[in-house]
Amino acid sequence: MSMAARRLRLGVLLSWPAFALLGLVAVPALLLIRISTAPLDPSGLWGSGLTLRAFGIVAEPEVMGALLESIQMAVIVATISLLLGFPLTWLITRMGRRAQVVWLVFLLATLSLSDVLIAFSWQVMLSKRIGLSNIFVALGLMDAPASLTPSSGAVIACLVYLVLPFTVLTLFPVLSRLETELIQAARTLGASPLRAFTSVVVPLTRGPAMAAFLMAAILTVGAYVPPLVLGAPQHWPMAVLIGSAALAGHDLPRAAAMSIVLLAATALFAILTARVARGRKT
Amino acid sequence: MTFGLEIRDVTKTYGANTVVKNVSLTVPHGQFVCFLGPSGCGKTTLMRMVAGLETPTAGRILMNDRDITDTPVHRRNFAMVFQALALFPFLSVEDNIAYSMKLRSIGPADRKARVKELLELIKLPDIGGRSIGQLSGGQRQRVAIARALAQEPALFLLDEPLSALDAKLRDHMQVELRQLQQKLRITTILVTHDQREAMTIADTIVVMADGVVQQIGPPTEIYRNPANRFVAGFIGQSNLLDAIVADRRHVTLGGGTIETGTIPAHLADGDAVTLSVRPESVRITRTGMPGACNALAGRIGFVRDVGGHIELRIDSDCGEMIATMPPADWAGIGTGETIAIHLPPDACKVLAQ
Repeated sequence: MSMAARRLRLGVLLSWPAFALLGLVAVPALLLIRISTAPLDPSGLWGSGLTLRAFGIVAEPEVMGALLESIQMAVIVATISLLLGFPLTWLITRMGRRAQVVWLVFLLATLSLSDVLIAFSWQVMLSKRIGLSNIFVALGLMDAPASLTPSSGAVIACLVYLVLPFTVLTLFPVLSRLETELIQAARTLGASPLRAFTSVVVPLTRGPAMAAFLMAAILTVGAYVPPLVLGAPQHWPMAVLIGSAALAGHDLPRAAAMSIVLLAATALFAILTARVARGRKT
Repeated sequence: MTFGLEIRDVTKTYGANTVVKNVSLTVPHGQFVCFLGPSGCGKTTLMRMVAGLETPTAGRILMNDRDITDTPVHRRNFAMVFQALALFPFLSVEDNIAYSMKLRSIGPADRKARVKELLELIKLPDIGGRSIGQLSGGQRQRVAIARALAQEPALFLLDEPLSALDAKLRDHMQVELRQLQQKLRITTILVTHDQREAMTIADTIVVMADGVVQQIGPPTEIYRNPANRFVAGFIGQSNLLDAIVADRRHVTLGGGTIETGTIPAHLADGDAVTLSVRPESVRITRTGMPGACNALAGRIGFVRDVGGHIELRIDSDCGEMIATMPPADWAGIGTGETIAIHLPPDACKVLAQ
């Protein structure tokens, strides 16, 4: 076989995932764009022809409110998971080998649970009859048992539960490699514990921490079941509105347009976050 | 008033494991002191307690008569160079050195001037802008030293910082470190397991084993008059022979009597002791020296000519011995030949077991 032929064969072998990705991502994306620009056809899925009617949603306060709700919830959930996940991961990396394995297996195991199951479990846990409020009453924190759903707090708690394993797994490699001697060196050079954290740990973990934050935010934006089950209708995010437009409203072009707006907003958010995180680099 | 560092009855235990036992010593201002001992002897733990990175289980640590046992690390102003150096990989050489000055809110202009000064001190004036990854092992070493010195520390602590370097560079850095310390008159503690390194640079050596101080003294004193068998064996080479005290100037050994130097008063007649003879003190002749005392018979087991000196392994009446001598003094006796051994009495040190 000639050199060129061999190289070609290697190229084909190595590039098939790229083609597969193109097929699996680009085709549905193009389809989404096509549907969003099609007129509504009550008899079929969508009609033929081109129209920007569906993008009228950008002028609807209800839809834009839901978009804002999505972004706001993403920021809150991602921030809480980072604040919880960072010290948790730190703790796990400082444990013995065996304890580390147990913790990681436990965290991975929670990923095998369906988000539907988790959302309904939270609903039970926050219910009036047998939920957490009964414990709060016993502790004297509440006067009478009450249902804690639907509420934004319930949605956020459930979403943090869902994304925390991803945060821990993203931070685990960098934190387990972090040399504690660098922190000790900073301390001998005159840094207080807090200063050692901000001047040594933060620059060393900034990249993975930002990745964990973004992953949590994006998973939250895409979450459908938890806000539907645990949230109040007036606080439903974009994902729920897309679902109802497609399933209840039978308006696929409208759902597709909403998806594109959400996608664009998420991408913008990710780019801005990355830029802010990089901009602080010393 | 003690000007310098004082360690008073310091003990450190981890669970049931005592790694430092009741250590007391002083490091006078401006001195270079080495904590020397095999790995696991507690020398690094002792230094980390001085730095404040570990808390003593018992005992106090004082600096210029002020108790600093409970002072947090960052308020001690003791610089430390770590074994792995612990340079900040995300900062340039310049920013690494300026780190402590930034914390002390020293202005950019002063910082820059001091960094320049320190880079000149470590003889690397042009590397300020480089990243840590671009430096060689020896350069990193010097940058770590410069970073530590930038805060003008009250005490300079070095935890085996030269152990990662190759032999030649290490020798060079030892001399340079000593010159730097003498130039700056900075009180310094170096932790090492390398007795040659300790002999080269220390004013005072603290020999440790099993968490206990074995001997404190100047290098030559420790070499010539080791306090016990461990020190004699650890500092340089020595022939260590089991013997029994016969009287104030003699020990019995392998059936014969050996005349020795003065036997320490705490050793009584009949005590089991160690006779220590340095290899360079052992005299070897073909036929023996007429009238010489302390004569033993032996056979040469192995001759090792390393150029600078000749080393002989001898099977003697009292077990295997080592002798070294300059090539000029070597009579050219071959392996397997019988020889006469003479141990000069002054070179025979009697030590507690």
